[in-house]
Amino acid sequence: MPTRRQFLKVGLASGAVLAGTGWLVLRLGGGKPAPGRQWLDERAAVIVEALVPAILDGSLPREGPDRATAVREVVEAFDRAITGLAPAVQGEISQLFSLLGLGAGRFIVAGVRSSWPEATPEEISAFLSRWRASRFASLRAGYQALTQLVIAAWYGNAASWKAIGYPGPPLLASRSP
Amino acid sequence: MIADPIREGIAGGWKIIDAAATERDLTLEADVVIAGSGAGGGVTAEILAQAGLSVVIVEEGPLKSSSDFRMREREAYPQLYQESAGRQTKDKAITIFQGRSVGGSTTVNWTSSFRTPPGTLEHWRRVHGLSRAGAADLDPWFARMEERLSIAPWPVAPNENNDILRRGCEKLGLPAAAIRRNVKGCWNLGYCGMGCPTNAKQSMLVTTIPGALSRGATLVHRARLERLVVSGDRVVHGIARGVAGPGSQPGAGTIRLVARHFVLASGAIGSPAILLRSAVADPQDLVGRRTFLHPTVVSAAVMPWAVKGFEGAPQTIYSDHFLDSFPVDGPVGYKLEAPPLHPILAGITLPGHGSVHGNWMRDFTNLQVVIALLRDGFHPASSGGRVQLRDDGTPELDYPVGEVLWDGMRRAYLSMAEIQFAAGAKTVMSLHADGVPMASWAQAKAAILSLPMAALHARVVSAPVMGGCAMGPDARSAVVDERGRHHHVGNLSVHDGSVFPTSIGANPQLSIYGLAARMATELAGELAPARPA
Repeated sequence: MPTRRQFLKVGLASGAVLAGTGWLVLRLGGGKPAPGRQWLDERAAVIVEALVPAILDGSLPREGPDRATAVREVVEAFDRAITGLAPAVQGEISQLFSLLGLGAGRFIVAGVRSSWPEATPEEISAFLSRWRASRFASLRAGYQALTQLVIAAWYGNAASWKAIGYPGPPLLASRSP
Repeated sequence: MIADPIREGIAGGWKIIDAAATERDLTLEADVVIAGSGAGGGVTAEILAQAGLSVVIVEEGPLKSSSDFRMREREAYPQLYQESAGRQTKDKAITIFQGRSVGGSTTVNWTSSFRTPPGTLEHWRRVHGLSRAGAADLDPWFARMEERLSIAPWPVAPNENNDILRRGCEKLGLPAAAIRRNVKGCWNLGYCGMGCPTNAKQSMLVTTIPGALSRGATLVHRARLERLVVSGDRVVHGIARGVAGPGSQPGAGTIRLVARHFVLASGAIGSPAILLRSAVADPQDLVGRRTFLHPTVVSAAVMPWAVKGFEGAPQTIYSDHFLDSFPVDGPVGYKLEAPPLHPILAGITLPGHGSVHGNWMRDFTNLQVVIALLRDGFHPASSGGRVQLRDDGTPELDYPVGEVLWDGMRRAYLSMAEIQFAAGAKTVMSLHADGVPMASWAQAKAAILSLPMAALHARVVSAPVMGGCAMGPDARSAVVDERGRHHHVGNLSVHDGSVFPTSIGANPQLSIYGLAARMATELAGELAPARPA
């Protein structure tokens, strides 16, 4: 891990870039959706897969096939949700993933040392907490975007409802044909 | 089987065009083209059609109706809301819930119906020079729309989420009252925000739009009015294009709209955007400025008993104590109400991630939530935001939040927490990135006073958007006159919430209905003076 002092220094530098220009524009990969996906490219999908267990820590099924299914469905719903955002906002999210997808971006701006698939939920949660409390509005906005998209993707899924005591929408018996 | 009046109307021969499914170019001619089918556009369409005028309604969102309304957030938000209910201000600090389907925000609002508060009207007269917007001027129009849309006191007991707000206020000696609703035969389900599945809500979708269509009006949906072509002081025609979804770019086919008169009713982000894209005369650079939200902050409580905020009419109790106890242009006041609680909406509004967030979600059934809607635009230092165009021509709202609003938000956190503890809350949390569960009113007071109030720390949401094309008698300070007519273009009007000189200080649907009814009736009188209804 970088020391706090190092992180603050690079955090300041990268934050200044982000604050000045919106998300740092990096043209990488071309952003073609991965097979079976509507929006996420391979690199971004790997990042989302890594974020989900950290953002939904304690809320996903604990283990086994249910957990794997839940993670897969959250990534799928995340993918669908982005296509419903304004094209300009889609572009901003694309830039965010480009930045996080670069080893240097991941390390310098997010402070995550391991590659995304190898990063632990604790490491990712620490990165998210730093962004949440960042002095840079653009990093706080990044925190908001990533967490809200993952959280919406999970709580829109009926598999999440039982644990929170939500019975689901009422059945309107008289409307069935 | 619940009847679906829209599908029945389509089967009966209503003129409906899905622009996103139309590749070829089209030309449509009418007496009046109306951009938008929400509160302003719906009322205008019906009144003009009743006067015998031919009307084309252009709506950016899709035509969805009760058969489509399945009460599932993940279907409803992308279908029925701007940017899948994720529209945000330029700096992402405020999330704006705005409708985007036939019926506009009236299809998804929570049915709260208030006449424009007298203090707001008086401020408009005194500060913005309006001479025809007193309560005596507007009351007949409010009464007319109340009758048309079945707006009345609602006789059913509030759900527990709302009743806790009522009881908390009562304990503290604060006035609270029931909200009138635009419903007919409401089933009290609690899913107003996802489109009414029983057609009880008297939205534009089931009232004025069918009223216009049954009199021969044409509805073009999934079509965005790109621009107006203006020559001299006349709009010559408009150009619209099909748009498949909220995240899509417009398609290739164009729809040429030719009319004697054009009415913009695309809401307070959409209408200024059309004027800006069309470069309509704006010598004082007014269009899009002074656009207002009711910036809203949220306080969540865990009660020792089940609240089930997902059940029952979502918004039925309010308190105006913190609006009425300050001068209208003094410290920013706020209206207290309750929202519906559904898993996505609660999930994205509760702060944090991981176990902190998960713990709050596990208390979902016992969760009680109060919201405070700040009345922006009255204090001299709170002048709202500005609608601007992005490079691709879509609008975005730049809405810097200043000190007077942050101050109001902090006071609102305090008021809400005190009410929730008075009603018996176990813990309360201000929805703020640094919010922590607070176990007592004394602890809450100290914690709230130390919260940093800044963008993307406090969680701020808003539903209605108002202003941006202000009305007023003087072309140097207003975009349209009090009839809604553009000051510089003869055959162009604006009939929606964008004409308000400030925010309303109450959920604005009835304010828009009443004003649009008067504007449309006067316009009909000018365009169709001799024709029988």
